[in-house]
Amino acid sequence: MTYEVPVAPGESADIEETTGSEREGWPLWEVFVRARRGISHVHIGSLHAADPESALQNARDVYTRRGEGVSVWVVPSEQVYAFEPEAAADYVEANEKVYRLATAYDIPDEVGQM
Amino acid sequence: MPPQDPDDRVSALLAHADDNLVLAQRLGEWIASAPELEIDIALGNIALDHLGVARALYTHAGDLQGEGRGEDDLALGREERDYLNLLLVEQPNGDFARTMVRQLFFDAYQTPLWEDLSASDAPVLAGIAAKAAKETAYHLQYSSSWVIRLGDGTEESHRRAQDAVGALWRFTSELTEDDRASYRDEWERLVGAVLGEAKLEVPEDPYQRTGGRHGYHTEHLGYLLAEMQWMQRSYPEMKW
Amino acid sequence: MTTPEEKFQALIDAEEKVEPPDWMPEGYRKNLIRQIAQHAHSEIIGMQPEGNWISRAPTLHRKAILMAKVQDEAGHGLYLYSAAETLGVKRDEMQELLHQGKHKYSSIFNYPTLSWADMGAIGWLVDGAAITNQVMLTRCSYGPYARAMVRICKEESFHQRQGYEILIRLCQGTSEQKEMAQDALDRWWWPSLMMFGPHDSESTHTEQSMEWKIKRVSNDDLRQQFVDMTVPQAEYLGLEIPDPELRWNPERGHYDFGEIDWEEFWRVVKGNGPMNRERLEHKVRAWEEGTWVREAAAAHAAKKAARAA
Repeated sequence: MTYEVPVAPGESADIEETTGSEREGWPLWEVFVRARRGISHVHIGSLHAADPESALQNARDVYTRRGEGVSVWVVPSEQVYAFEPEAAADYVEANEKVYRLATAYDIPDEVGQM
Repeated sequence: MPPQDPDDRVSALLAHADDNLVLAQRLGEWIASAPELEIDIALGNIALDHLGVARALYTHAGDLQGEGRGEDDLALGREERDYLNLLLVEQPNGDFARTMVRQLFFDAYQTPLWEDLSASDAPVLAGIAAKAAKETAYHLQYSSSWVIRLGDGTEESHRRAQDAVGALWRFTSELTEDDRASYRDEWERLVGAVLGEAKLEVPEDPYQRTGGRHGYHTEHLGYLLAEMQWMQRSYPEMKW
Repeated sequence: MTTPEEKFQALIDAEEKVEPPDWMPEGYRKNLIRQIAQHAHSEIIGMQPEGNWISRAPTLHRKAILMAKVQDEAGHGLYLYSAAETLGVKRDEMQELLHQGKHKYSSIFNYPTLSWADMGAIGWLVDGAAITNQVMLTRCSYGPYARAMVRICKEESFHQRQGYEILIRLCQGTSEQKEMAQDALDRWWWPSLMMFGPHDSESTHTEQSMEWKIKRVSNDDLRQQFVDMTVPQAEYLGLEIPDPELRWNPERGHYDFGEIDWEEFWRVVKGNGPMNRERLEHKVRAWEEGTWVREAAAAHAAKKAARAA
């Protein structure tokens, strides 16, 4: 495997995940980029920065080096609240409301495109 | 060869090209050594912008000269005494504060310069200047925000930033000596605002060192060129 | 009622992506962290051997390409650290662990870059080997890793081509230039083959990785693919691959090639390659010298936030 380092005989494959250090680095930010006018901002990745201004500067440098965007948002990762519909029963029921879908209605062909 | 007449259009182009190339070379030295990954990438972008401007200017200068010299002949084939860059840009990177203060001083000089030249009636130059003006606006924002962060950060960063201002101040009057007085006013306005917000002081020592625009450099440029031109000099007349 | 294990396996079997914060077996998570962190570290350490030639690039055009390429590698390291962070490890911590020698990076970057031709050889062989692997990883079962790889592959498409172009120029140049190219191939060929790792029969966790669809093609298959692809490219350049056993095997429809020096392979993995110490020292020095900058930015942000409050 190209960048994976093989485990030498007698070594453990386990990898440490923390140094136990209390030190906090720069906070993490989520980056959203609008590729062109007329479409929404899309999540493109994340980065570290000390403040919003540098988060924006970094986003420009890191994620739009090849002219990928016309507008950039940055959001502190800890400010993102998530909801996982697959895990929520009430959402499954909401999904079953087929009358919300256009395909639930029969319109005769001769009426044309609707 | 003695330095060319500074009024000559070609040597003016070369002077700006040399500024941008020498600074790109310096910024390139940061790659893989920056304080954080995001900074590495940003310095790379800024270096690439300067390099791009330098290449466009060298090519244009070569065309005007009409002697068949391309960008590499001009960049890598000229001797130190023929280099017309400002002393400021050849100064070593030092620490990150030194690099950012150098960048701020230079960006504040290039801001009025490119704005002015983008209105030039020479269309090629105006085109290069218009692109460079946009890039410079971003560089200035970047360097200004870092000088403010460092000046108004920790005690250590303040001390380092103040040292940098002290060490580089003597190379600043040269920035605008050959150009219009309005450049100087704009430079002082831009730099003054940033240093004020950064809580940094302008040194009182009036000593100023100049000479770069006439080919008289500090001792640092020779080493920079030796490294940069080494391949061309060791393997002359080859294609790469 | 399905168990989390069954749900996870169903996702994998259906070729769907696992996404944070899905439940995942601890082994899967650890395997991913290990692989992504090592990949990220490799991109970052990999900046050094090529960065070594930025100041001496022979033309301004080559200087610009090389700068952009090394800068891309910083970006790729950053994307990969971000992907690893979705698994609950912090980037600073991963870097510290690298500095302490507890995390590793690819051995290929422990070889020195001794001539300009090495920029060609690295692009052609090292990036070529990387692409063989990375294209496979875009189909990896973990969403954030697969997405990072899509982005990386897109950005890297020029990396291998620029390397090969450097070598074309050298091989069509003077005899001095061609010797430079051959010397680079002589030094980089075997380390490039080593990048694919031990034989499948020796590889400890290939099987599990394949089952989890983290990895999709075996080491030996990837290595064979790489050799088959590269030999004709060397022929075009008129360079000789330093392997007397290399020959086309019409029965297999593949090239046969000699055995890797596994002693060297493990020696470098264990930290005793030509540049292991220098690479790490450089990285640690840059990080330590940058501490006051990172602290200053944090302090300034805190002051500004306090003033705004």
